[in-house]
Amino acid sequence: MSIMQTIQSAQPALENDPLRIADRQFTSRFLLGTGKFKNKKDLSAAIAASRTQIVTVALRRIDLERHEENILEYIPKDVTLLVNTSGARNAQEAVRLARLGRESGCGNWVKVEVINDSKYLLPDNAQTVKATEILAAEGFVVLPYMYPELYTARALEKAGAAAVMPLGSLIGSRQGLRTREFINILINEIDVPIIVDAGLGAPSQATEAMELGAAAVLVNTAIANAAHPATLAKAFALAVEAGRLAYMSSPAAASDSANASSPLTGFLYEQ
Amino acid sequence: MNITVNGRPRTIPGPASLKLLIEQICRDRRHVIAEVNGNVVRTPQWETRILQNGDTIELVQFVGGG
Repeated sequence: MSIMQTIQSAQPALENDPLRIADRQFTSRFLLGTGKFKNKKDLSAAIAASRTQIVTVALRRIDLERHEENILEYIPKDVTLLVNTSGARNAQEAVRLARLGRESGCGNWVKVEVINDSKYLLPDNAQTVKATEILAAEGFVVLPYMYPELYTARALEKAGAAAVMPLGSLIGSRQGLRTREFINILINEIDVPIIVDAGLGAPSQATEAMELGAAAVLVNTAIANAAHPATLAKAFALAVEAGRLAYMSSPAAASDSANASSPLTGFLYEQ
Repeated sequence: MNITVNGRPRTIPGPASLKLLIEQICRDRRHVIAEVNGNVVRTPQWETRILQNGDTIELVQFVGGG
């Protein structure tokens, strides 16, 4: 091996850094939510442009009065489906939805989401832990959505969560990483991947989460509501890669004073 | 007999299997997930699951969600 090759192989690279969740590996660290897209064509284009490998879907009653094309027709088969339990108001309802989702034959990955508050849509951490315990024991791969709080994250990890998904800010708010310091604590203290979910409105905010050390991010509303969803989906995917590369490069910490970039010797006016 | 499907009362000639009901009311059966009285009924069991008067049936599918 030449010296150049040796140096290059020592450089951190995205291709040597897959996201590992349960028994699967992913090259993409960008998860896409599939809600609120204006049409299925926009969704399909956003999936392709972002190269996401995990998308979330919800379960709802079939509208028996009118026919609608099924969303599965628009999701490539090699993309992992993460079934959310949205609509669940307690652990039992989340468990019921997860069990229904598994019967689809599309796998056993579930994003536990228990919400009891219609104004802020904040997750109920205690009920989320209960649902995670039950579902993990039944063999589900459980990724719980939660309010970033250390004791809850520890309980989720102990219950068998395959990853933990703390919110960046309120769902659909596009306020960005308002919970930054608390997510940072989870990144430092929790062994399973931390996936920042909810509230990210701009690619720069996704980069911020990844620079902090998040394992991945999930975005839905910002992309679905954009005038050009596929273009923004690509921007988010690139932003996630940029943030991950920055994190891997171990950047120097911020300083309170200036540090000259150019040499402080050899000035023309020196005598 | 009277049953409830997705929250709405419905009268169907009985006896009928879950499979027959789904074939009659769902245009695309490929992605239907069914529950009778709160318990999931797997697709291979649709034919042998005979509905009773008063049964509550939920027919669900995947939709977009975050």
